[in-house]
Amino acid sequence: MDTEKHDTTAPSSNRRRFLVGSALSGTVPFLPHEAEARAPLAARPPGDAAPGFALHVNAHVYQVALDPRTTLLDALREHLDLTGVKKGCDHGQCGACTVLVEGRRELSCLSLAASMQGREVTTIEGLATPDGRLHPMQQAFMNHDAFQCGYCTPGQILSAIGCIREGHAGTPVDIREYMSGNLCRCAAYPNIVAAIEQARDQGEG
Amino acid sequence: MRSFQYSRPSSLTAAAGEMGGLLAQDPDAPAAYLAGGTTLLDLMKLDVARPERVIDLSALRGELGHVHPGATELRLGAFARMAEVAAHPGVIADYPVIAQSLALAASAQLRNMASLGGNVLQRTRCSYFRDPSWAACNKRTPGSGCAALGGVNRAHAVLGTSEHCIATYPGDFAQALLALDATLVLAGPQGSRTLPFGSLHQLPAATPHRETTLLPGELITEFVIPARAWTRRSLYLKVRDRESYEFAVASAAVALDLDGDVVREARIALGGVATIPWRAHGAEDALRGLTLTETLAWTAAENAFAAARPQTHNAFKIDLGQAALMRALLQAASLEIRP
Repeated sequence: MDTEKHDTTAPSSNRRRFLVGSALSGTVPFLPHEAEARAPLAARPPGDAAPGFALHVNAHVYQVALDPRTTLLDALREHLDLTGVKKGCDHGQCGACTVLVEGRRELSCLSLAASMQGREVTTIEGLATPDGRLHPMQQAFMNHDAFQCGYCTPGQILSAIGCIREGHAGTPVDIREYMSGNLCRCAAYPNIVAAIEQARDQGEG
Repeated sequence: MRSFQYSRPSSLTAAAGEMGGLLAQDPDAPAAYLAGGTTLLDLMKLDVARPERVIDLSALRGELGHVHPGATELRLGAFARMAEVAAHPGVIADYPVIAQSLALAASAQLRNMASLGGNVLQRTRCSYFRDPSWAACNKRTPGSGCAALGGVNRAHAVLGTSEHCIATYPGDFAQALLALDATLVLAGPQGSRTLPFGSLHQLPAATPHRETTLLPGELITEFVIPARAWTRRSLYLKVRDRESYEFAVASAAVALDLDGDVVREARIALGGVATIPWRAHGAEDALRGLTLTETLAWTAAENAFAAARPQTHNAFKIDLGQAALMRALLQAASLEIRP
């Protein structure tokens, strides 16, 4: 594991623009060292020391000092610039904020960032290899056109990886049942099921 | 979300001690334990829960996360995740109603997060409780009234209601625990004790804000479910408005001990229709010693809802709940149980 520290007071990198450019060239070259964190946005409540702690995300360690209210979702998006994770309902009902925690799919909107101490978090940015090769589940979603607007897609892909790992992707019926926590307002569901079957048949979870 | 002070103790003793210290200074200290977070953080974002101190138990999850199905009892640590228990082969085989009640609840992500202890303590989904813009909610603000009584109450309870509250208990696992006569192990500032699961939840009566008999600062550490003659012939039947990822409109946890077609013993708990996990003792009595036929199952189901009091929009729950219980009983009777 890369143990380099990321100071939350370091100036923000221009990572979002960098990702847009690379997406246009057809690759997703996630480079964690680009993802330097910003200073916390919210003021800390008076009298609360808000001690710093380490967040382990995509095999990197980020040293952060956050308002205790900060959810894992907001920490990833607003402080680590990992904006692949999406805020949909923010109440655990839509699945757009799904990430892997210790390899299991969880909802980042219903976890405090502070509760993640000592636990490894994987976001959509952590799936592709350093040289830009997509995870087979990402490739399967592209092959099957398993999205329209794409907003729910990072959560769908991470949830699908968890679904296969759990052994709940044996049949289309199982996939629909065990993917029911990820809503898609574009209703790309048949294509999502087909993509998961492809990745499952490749032995990927 | 309102601000709060946060701590993350590294042991159960430290957590209970911290809570005990707060309660010693102020018996009504607005402090809360945080486990899986799927209820508490949701309600804090809605401004329904307003703790000023949050004691995060996430560092203890390894300490009380066991799943031990044994020949005489099933022991479940309160921090075991719903998904782990639902997928455990020993639980699926020998305590099927437990595994099914967990597998049919929430979503895969929520089942990976939520602790068993938090699951049984989850708060009602009553939309008037969950939305503070409705001033009247005796559960949220004691003495303020009940907006659901004259409001949209299709999802509300028909059993165990009072003139002060008709909010439905939303969980599934609790009905399985109730049907199988589970016992809770509790820990708190005053020490440890055990409690029959059926004594945990309190009817709303005139105090809907008091939902359980837990003492201040107490938390659940373990569930103990005895293996009895009816445990393996058990199932959970859940009727929902959609096929998956939805709370019960009506549900039934049933367990039967049969001698041929004759019911030696029956255990029945109902969900989605009552203010607390609802044990149907009268229906159990109606079955005992008799041959289980469709007619007898219907008699038992009618008995289970004899005391039901429908509101404006939820009378259908009586028919639906009876049909669900009847089907659950007949399905349980038809199960092939390996020796």
